[in-house]
Amino acid sequence: MENMVNVYFFGKKYSVPADLTIMTAMEYAGYTLKRGCGCRHGFCGACATIYRIKGVNELKTCLACQTQVQEGMYVASIPFFPTDKRTYDINEIKPNQQIMMELYPEIYSCIGCNACTKACTQNLNVMQYIAYAQRGELEKCAEESFDCVSCGCCTVRCPAGISHPMVGLLARRLTGKYIEPESKHLTKRVEEIHEGAYDELIEQIMQKPITEMQELYNNREIEK
Amino acid sequence: MFTPEMLASVKKVEATRQERLGMEPRRMTAEEKDALLKAYHPDYREDGFDTIKIGPNKGEKVPKELGHLLHSNSRLLHHPIDLTKIDYDTDVLVIGGGGAGASAAIEADNAGAKVMIVTKLRIGDANTMMAEGGIQAADKENDSPVQHYLDAFGGGHFAARPELLRRLVMEAPDAIKWLNELGVMFDKTEDGTMVTTHGGGTSRKRMHACKDYSGAEIMRTLRDEVINRGIPVVEFTSAVELIKDEKGQVAGAVLLNMETGDYMVARAKTVIIATGGAGRLHYQNFPTSNHYGATADGLVLGYRAGAPLLYQDTIQYHPTGVAFPAQIYGALVTEKVRSLGAMLVNVDGEAFMHPLETRDVAAASIIRECTDRHKGVTTPLGSGVWLDTPMIEQIGGEGTIEKRIPAMLRMYLNYDIDMRKSPILVYPTLHYQNGGLEIGGDGFTKAISNLLVAGEAVGGIHGRNRLMGNSLLDIIVFGRNAGKAAAAKAKETELGTLTLKHIEDYAEELKSAGIESEDVSPLLLPHYARHER
Repeated sequence: MENMVNVYFFGKKYSVPADLTIMTAMEYAGYTLKRGCGCRHGFCGACATIYRIKGVNELKTCLACQTQVQEGMYVASIPFFPTDKRTYDINEIKPNQQIMMELYPEIYSCIGCNACTKACTQNLNVMQYIAYAQRGELEKCAEESFDCVSCGCCTVRCPAGISHPMVGLLARRLTGKYIEPESKHLTKRVEEIHEGAYDELIEQIMQKPITEMQELYNNREIEK
Repeated sequence: MFTPEMLASVKKVEATRQERLGMEPRRMTAEEKDALLKAYHPDYREDGFDTIKIGPNKGEKVPKELGHLLHSNSRLLHHPIDLTKIDYDTDVLVIGGGGAGASAAIEADNAGAKVMIVTKLRIGDANTMMAEGGIQAADKENDSPVQHYLDAFGGGHFAARPELLRRLVMEAPDAIKWLNELGVMFDKTEDGTMVTTHGGGTSRKRMHACKDYSGAEIMRTLRDEVINRGIPVVEFTSAVELIKDEKGQVAGAVLLNMETGDYMVARAKTVIIATGGAGRLHYQNFPTSNHYGATADGLVLGYRAGAPLLYQDTIQYHPTGVAFPAQIYGALVTEKVRSLGAMLVNVDGEAFMHPLETRDVAAASIIRECTDRHKGVTTPLGSGVWLDTPMIEQIGGEGTIEKRIPAMLRMYLNYDIDMRKSPILVYPTLHYQNGGLEIGGDGFTKAISNLLVAGEAVGGIHGRNRLMGNSLLDIIVFGRNAGKAAAAKAKETELGTLTLKHIEDYAEELKSAGIESEDVSPLLLPHYARHER
């Protein structure tokens, strides 16, 4: 007999193998997941989950696909949360503190409770990146929030109603577009291609017989 | 966490590490690679394949699981749909909410077309989100699109369609620029130079990355842009069949609300299939690195409507899927781990191959090591070889792993494995559909004049094997192209009367071929729920 544990999905008890994740345990229990399941490998944030171990006061948040089941786990998935994303034209806005004030003024209502950071399934310092956003330090906000998978567990727990992942996303787009220096070699290559600098060469290689291509490929020089 | 046997093997890996740090294993010759692939690559296992019995690719090889879906009937065969009641009317219908679909929608919107996206999960629940390692583009001084072409053409066994590969490499730098201008944060040095590395089979360092969240960073930016533009996205809604008109054009799709089970009709002047891959069909029982919805739906829809497939028999097994622990079995360990210096090492601590051979060769080599050579490490679910990750810290300096591949570090730390200090166990995982629906250089299927395909659902861009970083690239290049082309085509398309007659014709063909299946396709979601009775 496999090592089994008792878990409670939405309050209902199931006995499941102890080595499963919350997600695979739900499937073992017979659930066909439609919501609350996306990439299954910890990148998409679809499977935000909240749980409490029987007899322990603390509420925990996690990604169901990345978390192993435990005895006495009371599990509720949060397949959707009304996160508040503001819309904007990336070409019209400027990378400054003003834009944060305009689009996400509620970040200034942060009471510093740190519930967002405690809830983060990626162990990010969420409150810190909100603080950077408040101060208009967009690059720091972008860096600190970079590994966010937008599961929304922070937002669920926030007493100020902040949609943290959306704040981080705005900071990252502004940083990527406006703050980080231009890649001159990229701009140059795009221009060269546009001007037709490679047209003839690419036509030539497309026309080569397979045997010649094999020769070229097998003897090409590989950058160290 | 490791078993005593694993720990004993780790000691051997540690014992040879210093010596291995100074050497570069020999690359295989073309002949060695050919022989290895034929003997060990899953594409050459005859029992994994069937023959297509009807339709444009009749007589050709197909993975059994995909063949079964092609040989199944439409769920609408005995479920009449009133096609005169139109729920959505649009110029361009994009099926699929991944990187290709989102790029297509943005460009179609840019071109002034009325465009909408339908997707069976959420926008961004896609393989794009999970791509870790990077995106190729020849934008450095020592590189050129021609060199990129040569690498991809050779890596794909000289089978790529030249007109598709040309578009891929020639539009690559512009794709990076477009993403950067949308706000994607690429890894750059202080002067703006892109940080680029090798991938398996590249001859120049042209892999651009956003740490090891490359696909996630691209996908979340595209998704944000789609929402900012107000492009309608209908989530948890599958396209279950293409609709045609009496002229043989495609005219939209029948949609299924995944939650309520209700059907709806979307009419469109042009349709873009951007439904992605097939990993969740678990060919030959492999685990997969793919997202939950990767069930080849678009291939089934397109094929039933008359569009041919190309290279449907070639699958990419990513050499380094997680072999241990069981909870993350099959998850992707990005190739970037090897780009940064980690070697593939067997149970005795021997580097048995060059770490940056192409993916098909690397996967076959690992399978050989674990089977005939008996040099694999036994795991609860099979076997695997070591990926010697502590080498990265020794080569790149302490902190390199946290800075360059934080997602990998986090994934393993969840299970108390610190890849900075200990090697990790890997085995090939079902990763990518090299084949798909056939398109011309303009992005349209040849059989149906107003049907386009973009992204992983396309066959022929990469030939019979794909290089790392060329998939994130192809979804952007071909997604953008499809959006522009679909918007232009919609202007000149006059739709006739909507019909689903092709479904009945297909059923007749199945019957004539002697195929009787109770199952319906597309699959939409894999059957993972366990039911005791």
